[in-house]
This record gives sequence, structure tokens and C-alpha cells, in this order.
Amino acid sequence: MSAPADPPPGNTSGTLTAYLGQNLRQYGMMAALVVIVVLFQFTTGGKLLYPNNIAALIQQNAYVLILAIGMVMVIVAGHIDLSVGSVVAFLGGLCALMISDYDVPWLLAVLISIVLGGVVGCWQGFWIAYAGIPAFIVTLGGMLLFRGLAIVLVGTTVAGLPAGFNDISNGSLPSALGFLADLDGLTLLIGIVAIAGLAVSQIRARRSLLRNNLRVEPFPAFVIKLVVSAAAIAYITYLLAKSAGGTPIVLIIVALLVLLYTFIMNNTVFGRHIYAMGGNLPAAVLSGVKTKRVNFMIFVNMGLLAGVAAVVTTSRAGAAVAAAGQNFELDAIAAAFIGGTAVSGGIGKVTGAIIGAFIMGVLNMGLSIMNVDPAWQMAVKGLVLIIAVAFDILNKRRGK
Amino acid sequence: MTDTGPILEMRGITKTFPGVKALQDVTMTVARGEVHAVCGENGAGKSTLMKVLSGVYPHGSYDGDIVFEGDPCRFRSIRDSEERGIVIIHQELALSPYLSIAENIFLGNERSKRGVINWTATNTQAAGLLARVGLDEHPDTKIIDLGVGKQQLVEIAKALSKRVKLLILDEPTAALNGADSAHLLDLIRQLKEQGITSIIISHKLNEIAEIADTTTIIRDGRCIETLDMHGAEAVSEDRIIRSMVGRDLAHRFPEHTPKIGAEILRVEGWTVHHPIDRSRVVVDGAGLSVRAGEIVGLAGLMGAGRTELAMSIFGHSYGSSISGQLFLHGEPVTIRTVDAAIGHGIAYATEDRKHYGLNLIEDIKRNTSAAKLQRISRFGVVDAADEITAADRYRREMRTKAESVDVLTGKLSGGNQQKVVLSKWLFAEPEVLILDEPTRGIDVGAKYEIYEIVNRLADSGKAVLVISSELPELLGVCDRIYAMSQGRITGELPRAEATQEGLMRLMTMQKSGAPQ
Repeated sequence: MSAPADPPPGNTSGTLTAYLGQNLRQYGMMAALVVIVVLFQFTTGGKLLYPNNIAALIQQNAYVLILAIGMVMVIVAGHIDLSVGSVVAFLGGLCALMISDYDVPWLLAVLISIVLGGVVGCWQGFWIAYAGIPAFIVTLGGMLLFRGLAIVLVGTTVAGLPAGFNDISNGSLPSALGFLADLDGLTLLIGIVAIAGLAVSQIRARRSLLRNNLRVEPFPAFVIKLVVSAAAIAYITYLLAKSAGGTPIVLIIVALLVLLYTFIMNNTVFGRHIYAMGGNLPAAVLSGVKTKRVNFMIFVNMGLLAGVAAVVTTSRAGAAVAAAGQNFELDAIAAAFIGGTAVSGGIGKVTGAIIGAFIMGVLNMGLSIMNVDPAWQMAVKGLVLIIAVAFDILNKRRGK
Repeated sequence: MTDTGPILEMRGITKTFPGVKALQDVTMTVARGEVHAVCGENGAGKSTLMKVLSGVYPHGSYDGDIVFEGDPCRFRSIRDSEERGIVIIHQELALSPYLSIAENIFLGNERSKRGVINWTATNTQAAGLLARVGLDEHPDTKIIDLGVGKQQLVEIAKALSKRVKLLILDEPTAALNGADSAHLLDLIRQLKEQGITSIIISHKLNEIAEIADTTTIIRDGRCIETLDMHGAEAVSEDRIIRSMVGRDLAHRFPEHTPKIGAEILRVEGWTVHHPIDRSRVVVDGAGLSVRAGEIVGLAGLMGAGRTELAMSIFGHSYGSSISGQLFLHGEPVTIRTVDAAIGHGIAYATEDRKHYGLNLIEDIKRNTSAAKLQRISRFGVVDAADEITAADRYRREMRTKAESVDVLTGKLSGGNQQKVVLSKWLFAEPEVLILDEPTRGIDVGAKYEIYEIVNRLADSGKAVLVISSELPELLGVCDRIYAMSQGRITGELPRAEATQEGLMRLMTMQKSGAPQ
């Protein structure tokens, strides 16, 4: 049947440097993150990587991480969502009101808020997918609509939320395993499991590629990548174990979402259809992709994640505020683009957006520790966004 | 002295694209004040020649000389050629729909003083030009409110505003109805009396016989002959057809003995309207059938409605107000979405791989599986290993030249991209496979491989419908051939009886004057 004549194609595609050259974009942003961390480590006199600051970094930026996941999917499909900040304020307000005014148990209120996020997504998805109105317009409308509703609902502030609820974004996992010297045992265990999981999954993926004669990264690159990632996790684990609380609860939530959505984007029919539509819409239509339904689901999903972000944001503040979520949509969009999502759609990764979100987060935190004026912080973030996308586009042009 | 010589001479024009010689040593002379027709099959090189002439392909990107009014010319852009009075009107009109007639006529050439538009001059001059082309519309009217025929006249008025000496019209009547066509031909005749020379590219041989003074025939990028239409010997349409197709079958086709079974697909009374202009009939009561193991051809010139017929069958992916009946295995079926069409075992491999066939920023394996992910997924989760195995199997079967199924399809050659498109549709396990221009833009060697694949598919019991502009290809590959013209099936010939001349006659058959 098949001609086995052709030689096993280049398993070791070129040299290490050639490989790095080809994957400049992917590693460029990771390298940028490292450079920024090191830079701030100097300018803040080592304060950036204080154990408690690492925990705070995650807790303060959890909303961007969560929203960026949904935003990558929206942008890959060729849309945009400007409403997420307002939706966060609206849902956060609902959640707090349910708990404080209607005595809904906080866990149930959290679940209802997330479901209501899905309902908001249905509303926007209907206009975008079935009425054919551009997402920019629908979500611009949503931005005003839900901000208005949030102010109507919340007034200014709804406070006095239970400790259990506030722990979502402020608390840590209990030190169930005791301490090893001054290091939290449970955190160490989680770190070890994470490193082992990473190593096993990477090695298995590489084996599967080799078995099927697919291109893999050169062996040294693979090893270096694995060792560096493992070292990074180990270091973060060490810092968190040393921090006041150990592992922040919200870190677990974010990590589970990242794993789940990476799987959805890579391994499910839904994820494939998103990439297919963003890459070439007419070709996707002619391949039988039900584009309306996929578009609808993308916005429902964005709504669900906005619900999660609303819970996290409200919990972090310990209160619902009508002005909450201001500029969250811009943070999420910027994180997606800094993380390598293509402006024209079709390309983008959840992990990329997470790196993008961390770059934004580290900038926020580093500049804050340095006592830089918030106005200047905003200006710096704007410049970083432009430079990241310019780098992407110039890099592509050079590649041609 | 230039007043007596020819207005235009093109000498030894050769134009190559990567891998293809589009024009080879074409020489053509156009006399002052004549209507000069250029004829040839789709892809013969007519449009390329006109693009060379008008500076779309700048000087230096081709070999040969252009001499206009006695001066050698080196046009670097359309602007250069327009300055000399050469204006081309493309098949797809280049008007801005929301601007007025007057604004369009002077677009890029505004009547203005220091950047401020002089509206009085714009509108009065536009009105004058409209009168010249016989268009009774106010200059303020928006283009979008005009029919195609009137838009065509606006284009000509725009050309006149540039003091045109040589007017090039690419398929000017392709989208027009009978009355509009007649008016346009009349106008070309009037312009000729005013001393404007025209070059007209057309597939409508009756129109050429009516209006042209000279006809140049191009085939396979070469100038075959130039006929004097008013010469001693009358030039018949058959005479032109013979010259257009008369090449020896230099291509080679694999031997194939068909094993024909029962009918799989039948279409009856299929009528499709244009998706935007719903009053325009694009496919008109077409009927055809394809049997298992049979390769059926669909011949037709540009705009005959072949692709539109195929795409409307493929889950109504083209057109509006579609009527007619589809049968699969003799059973009537209704298929309104692409998803349903794929479910019913119909596949359509597009003529335009890059825009409608492949996701070029995605790799081979994901393109291969795109039309039927259900085959390798469970509960909505794709089995990556199955996907690689399947994609790799088709890569080997098709002999796609790529180091692995991880390669982005945007990096493949045309022939290999086409193989990925075929892989994608074979992966969908269809019973009916519609191949639209399966060898367009592919080199000869890869063409042969594609033909072999088509034969293998037919032998495995699939019904194959091949749409092609290359008549030798249809004659070499198909068991039976339908011809289309102006949306209708104008004839059906078994392979044994089909000739290029016979098909071309059916393909250029005009709608009779029967009441509509």
C-alpha cells in the first residue's frame, strides 16, 4: 500500500540555534518575562521575589489569568470582547447581594454567579452568532449595559461577606502536612507532583511524536526546556512554601483552568473548530463547521469565565464595588496579544496568554514596589503591548 | 506619421510566473480606430497579456516591447498607461458602491483646486460624459443603486474622462443581459466612429463576429493567428473555435477502464439564484447524474455556472432561492447545510485551495482531519494519535511531498496542497466527490498523479464529478462529459463522441430568444 521508501523525515530538525531561531516568538516572550523579573529584582532591591510577594502576585492577577484564557479563544476565532470588565462588576455585584441580602450560602452563590455568567454569554453570543452583529459592537454595548446594571445593583459597595468566601482569593490551602523546617509540606508536595506531571507528560508527548515520525525539537533543546521549567516550578514552590500562607487557593483554581482549557483548545473538536474558523473562515464553512454554534459557544464560555473572574475579584476585595473590573477587558486583551495571539485570528495559545498575563502582572507589581506613579504604570504597559505585537509582526515579515 | 501607423504593437511578449510560462513570444498589432477582439480558452493568457499592456505587470517583469503610437513604452503602473490614454476595464468592476456616479468617474482624478473639490465642474462634466455613453441617470446617483449594465457604462464614462485612446474591455458582457449587451456593443461602435480604438476580450463568439474588425486568438500563452473579420473569406464561429482549442493532446493521461455501477447522485431541475442579486439566475434548470465508478466531466467557460452548481449541491454553500431535486441512490434528499452534505457522503474540493480549501496557517494533519473530526474523536475529544496515523496514511497514499504531517500547508507547493485537499475529502469518506479544477496551477507531473488518484477513487466505487476548464483534461479523464453555458446544461457527450470542437460549441451556445 504505502511506499516506505522515503527516509524517516528529519526527526532532529537542524541544530539547536536553528531551532531557537524558528521558535523565537514562543521563547521570546518567556525570555522577556525572565528579563523583566530579573530587572525588577534589581530595581526593587530583591523585594519582587519576596515569598509573600509571589503569593500576592498570583492573587492580585488571578482575574487577568482567568479572563485571558477566554479572551484567547475569542480572539483566535476572529472576534474581540470589550465587555468582560463590566460583566465582572455586574456578576460580582449579584454574587455579593445574594450572599449579604438574600442569605444564599456563599458556595451556592458562587455557582449561581458562574451560571449567570453563562447567561450573559448567551445574550452576547446570540447577537454575535445568530444576528450577525460584529462582536466589537455587541460587546461595546455590553460594556455600557453591564456597567450600568452593576451601578444600579450595587450602588457603591456591598460589603460584609463571609470569611469562607473571602478566602477564595486571599486564603491559602491549610498546612495539612505540617512544616519541613520553615517550608509548608503541602506546598512542597504540590510542587513535586507538578514537576513530575510535567516531566511525564513531556516525555510521553515526545515519544508519541517520535513514534509517528513527526518533527520534534532537538534533544538538547528538549532537555534544557524541561530542566528550566522544572527549576522554575521548584523555585516558585520554594518561595510559596516559605510564604506566610503556603499555596494560594486561587492558584489551584487558575492552574486547573489552564490545564482544562489547554486540553480544550488542543484536543477537542470545539477547540479545533475555533482554530479552523480563525485561520480560514470560508474553508471552515466548506468543511462543515457549524460556525454559528461555535461562535455562540465561545461567548457563552467567555461569560462563564467572567463569572469565575467576578467571584475571584469580589472575594479579593472582600466586597462588591460598582467600579470593579475597570479596564479588565484591556488587561485580558493585552495579555492575549503579548502572549502571541495573532491579531487576525487563527493563532494563539492559552499558555501564551498566561505568560502575557504574568508579564503584565510582574510589571504591575514591580512598578508598584518601586512606587512608580500609576499613570506611568499605565503608560509603560501600553508601550510593552505595542512593542510585543510589533516584535511579532516584524518577526513574521522577516520570516517570509 | 504616427496617425497612419498602428496605434499599438506588442512584440515578442514573454511573461513567466514561478513554474509557468503564461505568455510566450506574443506579437500583436492593433490598427488605429478598429475593434480588436482577443479570444482564447480560460487560462490561455488573454488577461495576462492585457495586464502587461496596462502596466499592472510593470516593465521589467516581462520580456518584449510595447510600442504605443510609435513610441516604445515602459509602463511601471496603471497610472503610466492611463496617462498615455490606455484604459482597461476589468471584468470585476472597480467602482466604489457608496459614492455617486460623478465621484466615481473622477475618483483619483478629481476636479479640484488646491485640494478642494469643485462640485459644479464635477457634476456638469460627469453629466456630459454620461450623455456620451447614453446613460440616462443623474450624476448624483449612488453606484449601488445601478444595475451591472449601467455600472459598466459608468466605467466607460470614467475611461472617457481620462481622454482614452485605447479602451480595453475584459469580458464586458459576461454579466449583462441581452438588451444591456446590445447597448454596450452599440456604444463600442459609436466610440469607434469617434476614433477610439478598442480591444475586447470575450467568450461570446456571436458578439465578436458582430463587432470585431480583427480577431487575435491566443492559446497556451502563444498567439496562434490574427484573423481579418472583413476579409475575402468569412470567418465563422467554428473557425474561431477550431483555432482556440486546436492543440494536439500533448498532455498524457493514465489508462483507465471504468467499472461503472449504479447511479449514486442525480440532480433534476436545479435552479440557483445569485446570493446578493436574487433576481439573477445563475444555474438554470440544470440536471445531471453520476454513477458509482464513473468519472463525469463538467465543461464550461468562465461564468457558465459550474462552480455555482457544484457548491449549491454541496449543502447550499452558494446561492439563494435554490430549487430542484437531489437524489442519492434514487432516493430524494434535501441537504441544506455543508455538515449534512458531508453526512450524506458528498464532498466538494474547491477550485480555490488557498481561499476556500485549506487553513494555510495550520499543518497537514489538522487540515486532513478538518472535514470529519468525528471520525477520530470520542465525546468531542480528538484522539491525537489516530489523527496522526490517518493523516500520515493519506500523505503516503497521495505521495504528498512533505517531511511530515506537521508541516504547515502554506509552505507546500500547489500540487502538494491539492493532495492535502484531496486527503481531507477522502478522510471524510464520501460516495460522491466533486472536484473543481483539480489541477489548476499544478505542474504537469503532479497533474498526472492527480489523474491517477481520481482513477483510483472511481475504481473504489465513488462517483466523481470533475469540473475543468481544460478540455483535453476532461477528454482524457472522464467517461462522460456535460457542457454548461449561461447556467444551463447544453449537452451531454459520452467520451467516445466528445471532441474539443463539439464541447466548445456546446459551451458557447447562447440562450435562444425563447420567452423567459
